Parts: sequence; structure tokens; C-alpha cells
Amino acid sequence: MGGWALAVHGGAGVDPNLPEERQEEAKRLLTRCLEMGVAALRSKSLSAVDVVELVVRELESDPLFNSGRGSALTAKGTVEMEASIMDGPKRRCGAVSGVSTVKNPISLARLVMDKSPHSYLAFGGAEEFARQQGVEVVDNDYFITEDNLQMLKLAKEANKIVFDYRIPIIGLETCGASAGAEIRDTTSPLQMNGLPISVYAPETVGCVVVDSEGRCAAGTSTGGLMNKMSGRIGDSPLIGAGTYACNICSVSCTGEGEAIIRGTLARDVAAVMEYKGLKLQEAVDWVVNNRLDGGQAGMIAVSSEGEVAYGFNSNAMFRGSATEDGFMEVGIWEST
Amino acid sequence: MGWAIALHGGAGDIPFSLSSERKAPREEALRQCLNLGVEALKANGPALDVVELVGWLLELGVVAAGVVMSSAREGGGGNVMGQLRKVGAVFWPLKSSAGASSAPSFGPGAERPGWVARGQTTPGHALGRESALPCTNRWPHHGSDSGGGDASGDGSGLPPSSLVVVRELENNRYFNAGIGSVLTSNGTVEMEACIMDGKTKKCGAVSGLSTVVNAISLARLVMDKTPHIYLAFDGAEVFAREQGVETVDAGHFITQENIERLKQAKEANRVQIDYTQPIPKESTTPNGDSQLGTVGCVAVDTQGNLATATSTGGLVNKMLGRIGDTPIIGAGTYANGLCAVSATGKGEAIMQATVARDVAALMEYKGLSLKDAAKYVIEECTPRGTAGLVAVSGSGEITMPFNTTGMFRACATEDGHSEIAIWTSD
Repeated sequence: MGGWALAVHGGAGVDPNLPEERQEEAKRLLTRCLEMGVAALRSKSLSAVDVVELVVRELESDPLFNSGRGSALTAKGTVEMEASIMDGPKRRCGAVSGVSTVKNPISLARLVMDKSPHSYLAFGGAEEFARQQGVEVVDNDYFITEDNLQMLKLAKEANKIVFDYRIPIIGLETCGASAGAEIRDTTSPLQMNGLPISVYAPETVGCVVVDSEGRCAAGTSTGGLMNKMSGRIGDSPLIGAGTYACNICSVSCTGEGEAIIRGTLARDVAAVMEYKGLKLQEAVDWVVNNRLDGGQAGMIAVSSEGEVAYGFNSNAMFRGSATEDGFMEVGIWEST
Repeated sequence: MGWAIALHGGAGDIPFSLSSERKAPREEALRQCLNLGVEALKANGPALDVVELVGWLLELGVVAAGVVMSSAREGGGGNVMGQLRKVGAVFWPLKSSAGASSAPSFGPGAERPGWVARGQTTPGHALGRESALPCTNRWPHHGSDSGGGDASGDGSGLPPSSLVVVRELENNRYFNAGIGSVLTSNGTVEMEACIMDGKTKKCGAVSGLSTVVNAISLARLVMDKTPHIYLAFDGAEVFAREQGVETVDAGHFITQENIERLKQAKEANRVQIDYTQPIPKESTTPNGDSQLGTVGCVAVDTQGNLATATSTGGLVNKMLGRIGDTPIIGAGTYANGLCAVSATGKGEAIMQATVARDVAALMEYKGLSLKDAAKYVIEECTPRGTAGLVAVSGSGEITMPFNTTGMFRACATEDGHSEIAIWTSD
């Protein structure tokens, strides 16, 4: 055992009719990110948490997925991004929410972890901190793509909030633990809320890394839900929900944020390993099957022993993984 | 089995030398909040409503004392009673439809006596009509008030015990002196809160509130009325106004004491945990130990339902926009079918250790008892001096461990056990 490993994801839940060229584009991006991480890990020049930041920055900077440029839009038509990063060895963590001008939220989360006395900064305070730290800021328009303006318009016409995998919520007033089940009972993914299937589905991104010294780290970044209420915080910045890392593993989740929060999904992968003695893939499978209460989500994970695993109960998840022994895989659908 | 309730008013470096003038009112506040919670549980109040109620009262006394102050200044208890009635409408037995019309948050069941839950119109949630119990004779001290009138006799429609609490708060210099929320480095207040129901795992959270009187009740509304779990800052404030909850000018939460305290913290160039001693010298602020920014309550009701609520003003001299453990599900607050947990202390440490979830996870995955699980988390998973928690299990056990000098806490169970304490030895 041992050796480095990494995995990346670009979100769970994919339009079944996503055009082939879009699928290829996503796979190319995932491959490029893996190769970038592999090179860094091979050179042993960067620690796990550095590699996580590097890879997530790349995913954020590419408009393909829902993070950084290409983020989903709030009901007001603005972008409010969030991200978190966690370093396993000392369980240090940093998170940001409500970021609207920072080019790479994951790096701001890293700075919160490294340079502030706190773990989590949000909205005006996060923006102010970004300026103090001198990170690259851009106009909010930078993050807004034509595709997403179109998506927001369609989402508003339907008067629904669209989860990042674009299945409409039915019955806001009963949006508790059972909401996920209702969504699937009443809506086929093929309907896609009347959205043209040619419109690409933007997604959350994440990365997990174990380096050659067995250090684990995780990072997750997102623009959140299309047409979300301003101020809404999802699972991505929440330690234990969207992101978690400790001595034994690191995890990044994606999907229905509220289900992930209720299930403390990322922490629970580590908890069933720690407290129940499950192996990494068993832990991922157990959590996906038992902790989502009907919600749809997916996750990637690595262990300190160099294992890599993923799991999802949505129809698909953009993901890729690579290990020191030369294994590399990129996939979207259930079996690739 | 049976109901049980535990609450805390913050854990930290509470000096053993705490004078009785400072200790007594705080213990009294804990006692009265506890008594109210106990009464609510005895009257078959649902755990979720009980933790919201007690959290609300604790906020009133601790986090949001500015409200009490302002009302008192404006000429007595009328406004306070109005405010209590507004939120209290969720919990208190109602006697007439007149009461309902004056409180728009009442559900359609409000015209008859009984527990009335906000959001009663939402199917399958909170209290159905069938579970709304006529409770005129369930409230202790309820006399034979005529015409389904009002137990306290002042038109408030409240049971007498709640009046005791409010009057105490109004008459108590200690509270009225302004135990406001602590201030950010900009001298502003940013409050946050979280509530979670164990059975359904439904939850709501808010951060960055500056004008909302009761953060816990807004968290409850996020849970009940939005598709989301967590709203923050401007978005949360907008939502509060949409929902018509009580708001005040942000300045109401800012008192001379917490301004002085911020000044000290800035001079010492440190982020000060809300409950710590004034620095550098106690003599500079007579109410130094009073900076209890965090309150929490956990309960299991007669039906075995578990719930938890936590609310905080955060850290003195915290950076603008700082979010702590309180609003984060699994960190400061968590409930499931096994237990309900509310944590307090150094937010960053609690967040890293996912304290509240880990108590539940150790029970769920390792088969530990509530006590052992909580002990393990406090002793093994969090650094000394950083954390405390209160927790109840579905079977009515209670535990309140901490690794700080002290934790203001109180608990009671159906079998008659009751405790109010600050340090380990008392």
C-alpha cells in the first residue's frame, strides 16, 4: 500500500442527453486536471493540500463547471461563490461563502486557513479579507456566462430553483428530508424543466489528494444553485458536509446540498472508517446508500494508504482518478 | 424514557472567583429558562418548539438583551410583552381568536386553546391539529381563568411563568446593563443560530444577522419556509423582512460594555472568545465575565422526539464575516434519532472536530452510550480549554461535559433530576 493518489469531480447529476462534444470537453478538462496533479505529486514538490488548491484553481478557472467562472446565478443574476479546503494531518480548514469578485475562491479559503485566526469567512468580510490578502479580484461579470444567463431565465420562467444538476424542486413548502424523493417521483430528468438539452449543465468541482507521505487533503468549490436565494449557503463550504479531511482519508462531495448537510456526508465517510473499521470504498458506498435519505449526491475520496474511491446515487458524476501505480480513469456515467 | 432538557449559556474560562453578584443572576436566568422548558415539555410540547422557546428566552436574556433594554426605556414592559407574545405565540396556549389576530404568525389552529406551532399550515410538519393539546389545565399555576381568558391577567395571553421571566429580565440591572452580542472588529454585531429536528433531520441556520431580534426563530423559519437550510448576511436579513420577524436597529445590540470590551480586545490585539475574562484587567469592565455569546438547548419530549438549538454573537473582535461552529450542522449543532447536541467554545476547534456530529456518530457507529460518546469527543477530539456541550439521548439521558474552566449549564429530567452548575465541583 501507500503511494500518492488523487481524484477530481465536476459535479453529480448530468443531463442524459448531454451532447457528445460536451462530454468529451468535460473529460478533457478532468484529464488535464489529473495530469496537473499527477505531475505535482510525482515531483514531490507540493504537499497534498497544495495539490488540492492547484487542481481546484484550474477547475474554477475553466468555465465548464459550476465554480469560479461559469458559476450558477442567484435569483438576482449575480454570482455568490463558496469553497472550502481541509488539510488532514492537523485537520486545519478554511472556508468562504458569498464571494463575488474573487477569481479563485479555493485560494481565498486556503488563506482563511493559513492567514486568519478563523476557519470561515463570508460575504463582505470575505471580500474585505481577499483585498487585504491581495488575491486576484475581477468584476462580478467575469463569472457570468451567456449559457448561465439563459439558464437563469429559463429557471425563472419555471419559477423554480434549479439544483445544480437541473432537476426542479417540486413543493417548496415540503422541502424537508423527503424533498429529494418527491423530486424524483414527479419529474423525469429528461424533462429537465423545459431546459434545452443543448445547454450545458454546470457543476460543483472538488479534488481529494493523498501525497507520497500519506497526508490527505480535500477541497470543494461551487457557484451553488441556479436561481438560489441570495445568501444561501450550501454544503460545499461546510466542513464535514461538502469537504472533510483527517489522518485517514479526505472527501469531497457534490449534489443536493441540503441532503449532504443533513447527512454530514464527508465527515461520515471518515467516521465509519474510524469508528466502524470500514475500508475506503466500503465507507463511500455505505454513506451513499445510508446517509442521503433520498437525496442525490456523489463523492470522491482517498485514504492515507493511497486508495482512491468514488460513489454516487445520481445518474452520473463527472469524475476522474489517478494513483501512483499508473492507474488513471475519467468517467461520467455509471459504468464507463 | 421520559422527557429531558439541558441548556447552556456558554463554556469558557469562567473564573472560580466569579462574584456572587455576577453568578446569581446568571444562575437565576438558567433556572428560569429551564423551568419554562420543563413546563413546556410537561405540557407535551414538541422538542423542536421547546428548544426554540428556550433558545429564544436565552437569546432574550443573553444575546439580545438590547431588546429588553430598549423596551424598558420606551416605557415599561408593554413592548417586551408584545415581543414575547409574538414569538411566544408559537408555544403558549392561546385562549381566544383575538389573540390570533394580533399575531400574524399564528396558524389556522390558533383560535382554539392549545399548542400552536408556526408553520402549522405546512402539511406533515410540526404540530398537526390533532396534536395541539388543550392545555389550560396542563400549565402549572393556571387558575380557573374565565372565558378562556388569559392566565396572567394582563391581556398577554401568557402563562404566569413566562411573565416571571420577562419581569425578572426587565427588573434585573445585570441583564439590562446590556449583555449584548459581542462585536466584530468593525464594532458591529453579527449573530448566528441553528436549529435541528432529530427525527426528520430537518434543520435551519442563519449567519451574519445584524437586526433580527431572535436568530433562532429565523433559523426555524429558514427550515420551515425555504428550500434551503442555511441563509446568511443580506440574504438572511431580506428573508427576515419577508417573513415579518421582529427587527431592531443594529445599534440596539451595541452597548457601552461590549464597545469597551472590543476596545480591550483590540488593544490586546487578539480575538477574544466571547466568554473569557476581560483583558488585561478585570477592573476595567465590571461585567467582564458576562460576555456570554453562545446559548443552546437540547430536549427530548414525551414522544421521544429530539431537537437542538444554538445561538451566538460569536467572538469579540472577530473579523467581519467570520462564521463559527454554531450555525454549522454537525459542528455546533446536531440532532438525529439517537441524540441531540449543542456545543459551545472555540468555534474553529469545534468545527474541525465536527463535535456535535461526532457524539452522534460514536453512538451510531461504535455503540457508545451518550455519556461515553460525549466524554470521548470532549476529552480526545478537542484541545483542552476549547469545548463544552450539552446533549440528551432519545431515552432521556443527559450529559454536559466540557474541557474549559467552566460552562454555564442546567438540566432536568422527567424523573426529577435537576441541576444548575458552572464549574465541575459545584
